[in-house]
Order: sequence, then structure tokens, then C-alpha cells
Amino acid sequence: MTSNNMTDPTPDDGRIETAENAIELREVEGKSQGQIVRSRFLRHKGAMTGLIVMAFILVLALTSIGFPVFTDSWYISGWWAYGPNETNPIVNPGGTPTLTMPWSPEGFAIGPHPFGQDEIGHDIFARVMRGVQTSLLVMFVVGLVSTAVGVLVGALSGFFRGWADTALMRMTDLVITVPTIVIGAVLGKLFGGADPLPLAIALGAVTWTGLARLVRGDFLSLREREFVDAARVAGASNSRIIFKHILPNAIGVIIVSTTLLMSSAILLETALSYLGFGITPPNVSLGQLINQYQSSFNTRPWLFWWPGLFIIAIALCVNFIGDGLRDAFDPRQRRIPSARKMARAAARGEAEVQAHAS
Amino acid sequence: MLTFIIRRVLIGLGILLVSSFLLYLLVDLTIDPLEDLAQSTATNKEFLIAQRIEQLELDKPVIQRYFEWIGGIFTGDLGTAWRTNRPVGDLLQGAIISTVQLVSAATVLSILLGVAVGIVSALRQYSGFDYLITFVSFLLFSLPSFWVAVLLKQWGAIGFNDFLANPWIAWGIVIGLGIIAGFLWQLAIGGALKRRLINGAIGAAATIGALAFLQLSGWWETPNIGPVILAVTSVVIAFAVTALSTGLKNRRALYTALTCAALGVALWYPVRFYLFYYLTDYMNWGVVALLGLLAAGVGIGIGVLYRGPDWKQSARTGGIVAFLVAGLIFIDQVMSVWGPYYNSNAINGRPIPTIGDRTPNLGGNWWVGVLDSYTHLLLPTLALMLISFAGYTRYSRGSMLEVMNQDYIRTARAKGLTERTVVVRHGFRNSLIPLATIVPLDVITLIGGAIITERIFGRPGMGQLFLQSLDGAEIEPVMAYLLIVSFLAIVANIIADLIYAVLDPRIRVNA
Repeated sequence: MTSNNMTDPTPDDGRIETAENAIELREVEGKSQGQIVRSRFLRHKGAMTGLIVMAFILVLALTSIGFPVFTDSWYISGWWAYGPNETNPIVNPGGTPTLTMPWSPEGFAIGPHPFGQDEIGHDIFARVMRGVQTSLLVMFVVGLVSTAVGVLVGALSGFFRGWADTALMRMTDLVITVPTIVIGAVLGKLFGGADPLPLAIALGAVTWTGLARLVRGDFLSLREREFVDAARVAGASNSRIIFKHILPNAIGVIIVSTTLLMSSAILLETALSYLGFGITPPNVSLGQLINQYQSSFNTRPWLFWWPGLFIIAIALCVNFIGDGLRDAFDPRQRRIPSARKMARAAARGEAEVQAHAS
Repeated sequence: MLTFIIRRVLIGLGILLVSSFLLYLLVDLTIDPLEDLAQSTATNKEFLIAQRIEQLELDKPVIQRYFEWIGGIFTGDLGTAWRTNRPVGDLLQGAIISTVQLVSAATVLSILLGVAVGIVSALRQYSGFDYLITFVSFLLFSLPSFWVAVLLKQWGAIGFNDFLANPWIAWGIVIGLGIIAGFLWQLAIGGALKRRLINGAIGAAATIGALAFLQLSGWWETPNIGPVILAVTSVVIAFAVTALSTGLKNRRALYTALTCAALGVALWYPVRFYLFYYLTDYMNWGVVALLGLLAAGVGIGIGVLYRGPDWKQSARTGGIVAFLVAGLIFIDQVMSVWGPYYNSNAINGRPIPTIGDRTPNLGGNWWVGVLDSYTHLLLPTLALMLISFAGYTRYSRGSMLEVMNQDYIRTARAKGLTERTVVVRHGFRNSLIPLATIVPLDVITLIGGAIITERIFGRPGMGQLFLQSLDGAEIEPVMAYLLIVSFLAIVANIIADLIYAVLDPRIRVNA
């Protein structure tokens, strides 16, 4: 029941409810939990847009300038002509972007340096793409590390309770006491540098606390359920109960908060790199690009705009995907059917009633 | 309850000690005070290194240094920043004030705006307005604050200063802004097409009218509230507060509010030109708080004098209205020094600064100082607000939706209560319970976020001190900052739990 229906109750409220139920039933009938979640997610327009844009950004960043596999010697090269750290002759005066829009007098053109060049001739497109690669790598690794730690800590303390719970939760309190950006600055100074991996792992090691608390809460309630008792009676070991029986039931919470954590991870990494405690040259990160170019905002605004736009695009995509996942996993979530759908369902119900009557 | 508090405080102290120990080790590992010397080319390099090792006692094990440091903390000695040889306590003093100003302004504003927008968004769930707000809050969540801050510096400060040098908004833009405002109003109020059109037209006309009035009366050159705007705003405030707090049907409350508004307008002249004139030399924030309380007290008194069976409601309404009207008079007084401020040599016609938290060598009286700190707060607060505004919008929307779907709301409607009573008394109040527990934790996030804002806007706050000391390998200011922040975080957590226990009778704290 939505608040809308309550504010203006219509005389045929009962019929509307049947129609709503019919629509809902058709969505879940004969489907497994996973299928329901998947179809709900695929229907979420924001999440799908986010997913497509994200995939596009990822493919663009990886294929355009290529990327090293494990070592720099094994480098898969891309289709873009310039590298992020080469200096090239400046094409347009001042290094203005060669990208022109269809409505400009020159018509649409990409040109050799679509995002422009800086004062020493770096190709900004290549630099932004490398920044996207670095920032995405940090984002995924932070997500992985903090999910692994958070799930482990939450699961152990929620499942075993007692002194394990106390010890683990006190440890969580310990990590929570300092804001992430502050402890991130300290860790970034220690682990930051040209290599993004140590930084990402270090950041992952302090961002798991929220997830651990959520997973603990879920485990505390799930461990009292009947299916856990049944598994125990059947002789399942603790680790089997945790991983095979309880964890799959908590997967919704985990996936959703991991996604949201990843969107804050990218903002954290870019902020640290901006402050100079994250990724440092010769490597490139989106935040570091903004730091490097902010003083030339008046003379070369494109240096500042492109990295920022990519940060926003990535974070926005991840947030929308997280929102779609939350809606898909939330069993209480009910879509409000459009008026047309309601009418159609009502008509179908009516027809069925008449068919029965005759 | 008392045992609960004592237990939490003791655990908090323990966590604070352990975390300070771990952080000390971590920071010691992170910084290298010998870094600059190791790279120097001075001939007496070894001597300098040995001297610094002795100065900082680096030959002692780190654990011993920690205990010496924490022992100093217990005796009130925060250590010294060795590069400048200044005691950390002195460094912190100004920094804390600067950070507190910034964080408190950002917190208060983002709570007020965020909750209001979130509640409206929840009441109009799945409407165009709701979708717009959802999208905007997602966008704000995704904005890197340092990027926004650079943009704000560019457009908010430099652009606005250029505008103030020659304040004229083209009529086309005024009309465009009016149409946008009208569109937003009709989205927020909603209803049938006719009602939407009327509301949109009123909103657009009001916006265009207000902008035209400001423009034609030369308001941008000499911003002020003055008796006319004060009168109009006070009456609007009186009606709005009454409508929200008791409903317009409660005539006593309405008359109380209007009396307070009228009294405020009547007192405008004597307060501005006698009270504030003679008080200028004695002004400080304590006096301001006292005057604000006095105003609220007068408002409550007026409410009590109207008597009636529900005098408490009238008193509450009167207190709020009187406080707000007094606030307007205060703002008018601050604005009145705009002319001298704008034209002073230190400002030089660029009133919105991008750096620092006060203008050096400004001179002038207390009011000029207040105005100066406001102009310095403007942009950093905006930059800091954006994210937590989005957070509050989402939280308050979520919790309001949760509450509005409860059975007791249905019961309240079934009893025949007015929609205002249902929404404000049964819905809004209960939706504040989960929000109240988030506020203390959010303040901590804001203190963290202030690091970036302070760095970009060059405000000499705690975050700036932390970053500079971390860069300069000075462990004692870094540790002092970390200690203060983790202390605040622990206090905030305890407060959040307490608020929850006090506000929600379902939560029982048995220690």
C-alpha cells in the first residue's frame, strides 16, 4: 500500500489492490529468487544506464591507450596514437581541444587531441584515460579488500558472538574513530606513490567497517532461523553453515554496500591524490590531474574539466548501479505500476470474472 | 541509564588510548623528519642529522616516545611543532575556532535545507519533484568536493565579485530565473493541472518581482533589509511558522505570531540605532546569544499573555517567530556596514574572498569583523554543505517514507485530523528519531571533509594544520589533531546512542 493510495482512497480500492497484486504476481510467479532480482535490476532504468556508461568508460580507457599486464614489459597497446606521458608538438594554439561539436562552424571533428593539450604538449585524452584506469583499479581493489575483510569480520562476530564478537567489534570501533579521509591521508603518505596497488589495499584496510557492522547484524538475525538449525542437525560444520547457508542470504546487503563503498572509494582516492597523498607522478590519477591543472583554470579550462567530468561520470554510474541493486534486492520494494498497466490488469481481471460467470 | 553512560565512556577512553597508540606508531612510520637533511648537500650534514636526532629524541624507541608524549597530554602539554618551535596548544587555538565556525555553519544549513527538501520529496513520492531531488542528490554524492571548490572559487568568488562591480542582471535572465523558480514551485507543491499552473505563475511572478525590486532599488550596491522588507518578511514568517507549528486555525497562535512580527518591526529603529549603536564596543557572540534568547523570551511571554487553554502552543509559536525576526534585525545590522566594508582599502571592491578566514588589516568595529568572517565562510560552507545536504535529503526522505507508511498514520487520518497535524505532529516528529542519531556521526564526516575545503580555501583550520604538519613530518601537531578528532568521534558515537535511547522508548539500555 502506498501513501498515494491512502491519501485519496477511491471507491474501487479493492479492485485496484487485486490489479496490483496480479501485476506483482506475474513478476514473481515461477521464478527463483535470483531470477526475480535479476529481472528487477535489468528493468531499473537508472542502473542500466549506469551500467552501460560504466562499461563504455571502462572499454574506452582500456583499449584506447592500452594497459600493462602484471609487468610493464608485457604491454597491450591500444588504438590511440599518444601515450599519457609523451610530450607532443602543440597542434592548436594554446593547446585548445581539437574536438569540435556538430553545431560549431567547423562541424564535428575529433582531431588529434580531442581533449586538448597542456602547456608542454601532453595529450589530455591519453592522460585522462590513464587516470581513469588508475582510479578504476583503486576503486575495484578497495571494493574487493574491504568487502573481504568486512564480510569476514562481520560474519565471524555475528555468527560466533561472545568474546569473538566483542573483540572484533572493539577492533571495528578502533578503525571507525578516525574519519576515512584523515587516516587515508596518513596511509596515503605511507603507501602512496606511482603504484596504485599498495594505496588501494591500504585504503581497503580502513573502509570495511560499515560493511562489517551490516553483515554482523544480518548474521545475528539469520543464525537464529530454522534453516540454520536444520543444517546443524544434519551435521553441517560451522564453516559450511556460514558460507553455504547464511552468507547467500546476506548477499543483497553485501553487494549493495560494496557498490556504494566503491563510489566513495573513487572519491576518496581522487581526493587523496588531489591533496598529494595518493598517486604521484609519473603515474596519473584523475584527482592528481585536477591538482596539477587547477591553476590553469583561466587559461586552459579543458585541463580541469575533463578529469572532473570523468570522476563524476564514474561515481554517478556506480551510485545508480548501487541504487538499482538495492531496489532489486529489497523484498519490500514494490514498483508502482503505471496507470495504463493497472487498467490493463483490471480489465483482464474483469474478463476472467465474466468468463467464470458464463 | 547512568551505568550505561559510565560504561560507554570508560570503553571510549580505552579505545581512545589504544587508537592513539596505534596511530602514533603509524604516523611515526609514515613521516621521516630527517628526509630534508638526507637530501641536503650541506657540508656538516652528519652533524645536522645528529643534532636533529637529539632534538627529536629519535634515538629512543618509538614506544618510549609515545609514553612520553601521552604523559605530556595528561599534564596538559600537547608538545611542540619542532619546525617552528611553537607549542601545539597555541597552534590549535585559532585553528579550532576556524574549523568549528566552518563545520557548524555547514552542519546547521545542510540539516535545515536537507531535511526540508527530503520531507517534501517523501510527501510527494514518485512525483517529478521527487525524481528531480533524487537525481540531484545522487549527483551531489558523486561530486568530488575539491573539484566543486575550485569551480566555486572561480565562479562564486571571482564571477560574483565582477558582478558586484557592475550589478545588473539582464531582464531576459531575470525572466528565465523566474520561470525556473515557478517551475520548481509547482513541482514541489503539485496537485491538479490548474493548481500547478496557478502556483507556477505565482512563483514565477514573485521571483521576477523580487529580483526586479532588488535590481531597481540598487539593492546589490547597498544590501539591507530595512523596515519595508523586514515588515513583509516578518509577516510571512509569522504565517509560515504558525501554519507549521499549530495551523492557521489556531487564532491565538496566529495573533501571537503577528504581534511578535509587529513588535519586531516597531523595535527595528530603536534596536538598530540605539541599542546596537551603544553596544557596538561591547559586542561579542555571547551578547548576541543573550539578545536572541531575550527575543525568544519576549515572544514566549506574548504567547502566554494571549492565554487560552492552549497557551503553550502560542508561546512556542511566539518564541520561534520572535527569534527569527530578531535574527533578521541582526542580519540587517551586519549588512549596514556593507558600504564601508566594500569600499575599504583591504577589500578593494572584491568582497567575496577565496583565501583565508579573515581579512588582514581590515580594522573597523565588531560588525565589520562579523561581516568579514561571513564573506569568508560563504564559499567553503557551500562546498562543504553539498555532500552532507545530499545525505540529509536521502535520510530524511527515507525515514519520512517509513513513518508515513505506519499504521498510526492511518489511524491519525482516520480520526479526522487535518493533514497538517498528521504530517507535522505524527509524521515529521517520528521521522526525526533516526535522523537525530545520524547528525553526530555526520559532523565527524564533515570535520574530515573540512580538510579538503580548508586546503583549497586556505583557511587556517585544524585540517590545514594536520596536512601541513603531516607534510612537514611534525608528529606532535599531527597526533594532537588525530587525538582531538578521535575523541570527538567517540563522543559523537556515545551521543548518537544516547539520543536513540532517549528518543525511542522501544530501545532499552540495560547496562
